[in-house]
Amino acid sequence: MKRKITLKINGKPRSDEVEPRLLLIHYLRDVLGLTGPHIGCETSLCGACTVSLDGKAVKSCALLAVQADGREVLTIEGLAANGQLHPVQQAFWDEHGLQCGFCTPGMIMASRQLLERNPNPTEAEIRHGIDGNLCRCTGYQHIVNAVKAAAAKAGA
Amino acid sequence: MGTTTAIRTKTYVGERIRRKEDPRLITGTATYVDDIQMPGMHHASIVRSPHAAARIKGIDAKRALETPGVVAVFTGADVKEVGPVPCGASLPGLRVPQHSILARDRVYFVGHPVAVVVATDRYVARDAVDLVEVDYEPLPAVADPERALEPGAPAVHPEWPDNVAFTYHQEGGDVNKAFAGAEVVVKQRITSQRLIPTAMETRGVVADWRAGDKALTLYSSTQIPHLLRTLVAMMLGLAENRLRVVAPEVGGGFGSKLNVYAEEALMGFVAMRIGKPVKWIESRRENFAATIHGRGHVDYFELAANKDGTILGLKLKLIQDLGAYHQLLTPAIPTLSVLMIPGVYRFQNVFCDIVGVFTNCVPTDAYRGAGRPEATHGIERMVDILADELKIDAAEIRRKNFVRPDEFPFATATGLSYDSGNYAAPLDKALEIVDYNRLLEEQQQARKEGRLVGVGISTYGEICAFGPSPATPAGGWESGSVNIDPTGKVTVATGASPHGQGEETTFAQIAADELGIDIDDVVVVHGDTAIVSYGIGTFGSRATAVGGTAVYFALQELKKKIGTFGAMLLDSGDVSYRAGRCICNKTGKSVSLSEIAAASYRAMKLPPNTEPGLVSTCFWEPPNFTFPFGAHIAVTEIDRETGAVSVKRYVAVDDCGKIINPLLVDGQVHGGVVQGLGQALFEQAVYDETGQLVTGELMDYAVPKATMVPWIESSHTETPSPVNPLGVKGVGEAGTIGASPAIVNSVVDALSHLGVQHLDMPLTPERVWRTLQQHGGQA
Ligand code: FES
Ligand code: FES
Repeated sequence: MKRKITLKINGKPRSDEVEPRLLLIHYLRDVLGLTGPHIGCETSLCGACTVSLDGKAVKSCALLAVQADGREVLTIEGLAANGQLHPVQQAFWDEHGLQCGFCTPGMIMASRQLLERNPNPTEAEIRHGIDGNLCRCTGYQHIVNAVKAAAAKAGA
Repeated sequence: MGTTTAIRTKTYVGERIRRKEDPRLITGTATYVDDIQMPGMHHASIVRSPHAAARIKGIDAKRALETPGVVAVFTGADVKEVGPVPCGASLPGLRVPQHSILARDRVYFVGHPVAVVVATDRYVARDAVDLVEVDYEPLPAVADPERALEPGAPAVHPEWPDNVAFTYHQEGGDVNKAFAGAEVVVKQRITSQRLIPTAMETRGVVADWRAGDKALTLYSSTQIPHLLRTLVAMMLGLAENRLRVVAPEVGGGFGSKLNVYAEEALMGFVAMRIGKPVKWIESRRENFAATIHGRGHVDYFELAANKDGTILGLKLKLIQDLGAYHQLLTPAIPTLSVLMIPGVYRFQNVFCDIVGVFTNCVPTDAYRGAGRPEATHGIERMVDILADELKIDAAEIRRKNFVRPDEFPFATATGLSYDSGNYAAPLDKALEIVDYNRLLEEQQQARKEGRLVGVGISTYGEICAFGPSPATPAGGWESGSVNIDPTGKVTVATGASPHGQGEETTFAQIAADELGIDIDDVVVVHGDTAIVSYGIGTFGSRATAVGGTAVYFALQELKKKIGTFGAMLLDSGDVSYRAGRCICNKTGKSVSLSEIAAASYRAMKLPPNTEPGLVSTCFWEPPNFTFPFGAHIAVTEIDRETGAVSVKRYVAVDDCGKIINPLLVDGQVHGGVVQGLGQALFEQAVYDETGQLVTGELMDYAVPKATMVPWIESSHTETPSPVNPLGVKGVGEAGTIGASPAIVNSVVDALSHLGVQHLDMPLTPERVWRTLQQHGGQA
């Protein structure tokens, strides 16, 4: 039996009938066409599917779409505002914080939360903050630089 | 104004230019395979063997087929007409098992595809996989390559009871004489464990069949769209011009997508059968079980030397775990190890034997470094073992044996010609960065305090830019096309199919500099056989050295033509081209590239013997490989209580020839080092004795996380390659190749005073802790 959910996606209200077992990541990607969040494992281990739910970074493969009912979801697509990249997006670009880009949307969402909680993180705190997100390309160093750069800009 | 092409005098090559590909990637608007949606698209899910070896007695798909939404189930019996999964490597006497895209009467490894379920919905397809009943009769299996060689071991393929797929011998010089005259011989068994490449994007295919056109389009997460097209067309019996392959955004490969997989042909087959587009996305579990693994070596080394540390010769018996089948390059990978076994050293006596062994495991094949990390790990470990034996400093013994700068081009005992090098330069630089002498004093002090601190050096050499066509399985050239529009904008099409390396940026840097225009006026396209006429692909650190050079030569052709048109427009016999303009050297009058381009297409008037338009294509055949090198130093400390290794410092000095974009080169080094460090400390694909894959998920296989890796102090020396006009060598694999021996040498060094001579990877806390217990070094 499908269930009706009503939620806010990237600032816009939305309502859909979904299977109770539909994962939030599949709802976002297959139903809404928001293919920015990626699937790297479906077992909540890689972080590629990270989105923000009511302001908290979550792995959207570990949630059902129905669990997002009545809540607010922000995906990487909703991050840039008025044609302006979010400072974390900009920093990933400037600091070469990505290669293949597959981990990047999740990594940016995790970094954004990290900076919200700790606007001036040390290298160790940055590494800890993105520990739930795997990247096989960058060796993380330029990601660390990107988060530092975004922090410095926000502090400046 | 939109139609003027901005001109520029500053050059881009050598600058830290941020990437042109990033805006789509950081906004979540790039298109990977799983992002493709098509009207009427179906979903496929694959039934895979849970056994390492079994006879298939029957398959019953009735219940699956009764499930609403399921439209078809295909098994091995249905795909008999589809050609085998190809092996591109040829070695004398190679035994090649029949490798059909779905198992016929037997399965040979856990994850072996047995049937495919096709449904209207992803979830339904996955559910129905569990409803396909396969009646297996389990058979004895063997997963360890040395055990597979023992008499009486289960035969992976019954027709070859010894499990030997091939043997291969290569020698140079006179190794017997070298060993007979040697003052010291050191021996060691060294393993390079099986690894799971783990690109963050798993494999995936979308197949779209247009019956009216008899045309198939395959979207696949691949490193080699053109080779895939040729080979899948053959497998499916399609004319090649009826198959288009698109590699959309590819989420990492590391060699694991340098292949032709059963599922790629299978999806083509399914789309043609059901007459609808079909998508298959590999799950992570499938990715671990059914995408190629890397490494899988057991190596027996002997090194002969004089007491002063001069290396005289090397013997190697290499046992390669091949898995159950040959994928595209499986048997060729260990031959690369043999080629590079002399490393950066001068000795001229080498004697190597490879035994390629079948096991009931997923095939091994190219994984970042492909044969060279194994070789480098071996020789760099052996040099340290020799140094330890002779009580010679690890840096000094290396310097003593380096090929000298004036010996290039240097002919190795394995038949290669090293293009250029100055091996002491990166070593000296790395030693200076770590302040080596002070570091050794600190180490002594730490030992006195009971702390276990190690310093490990690796000086690696590698072979890149694959490569001269006669030395490669499928052609080693690359294509580059440059197309200047009537408005003067530039499109570069490359046959190299980058997937994260950033060639959309580096090739644009090259083109913008050559044409003296703004980098934003250059677009680089790739990865679509309908756009790029043919190409080889991105692997073996070849994209820039071979593909970039093809682009460079296409640009030279085009510049000649630009000059010809410019001379005509200026009515001058003496023109030069600078900063996006053709200039008459006498009058100083000039025309812009845009004006020339417009005139060339409008063709109101043409220079003599000149065709309209500004398009040029080059297929560049490299005369040699390139040979990057470098020195890595790792400082580690071991926790006596837990055996945990922490990397205190990691210094990487790499010489990859001329650097086009230092920012991107650093990124390649970091990522490479972390993969090598992953092998050294954390990663291992584990099959139990029955052939079950124990490390079947990310939960069990330790891909390094951000907290598990050190800060990498990266710097460079620049020794241009004479092989190509750009002077570039390649950097994609260098970090991986240099890293594992630096780390292991460091950890062994930390334990050497306890009598530890060698440790095999991965250096997990448990392994180090047990070693400490055995050697009386416990807390
Ligand atoms: S896909 Fe959700 S954590 Fe990997
Ligand atoms: S950029 Fe490729 S996985 Fe992170």
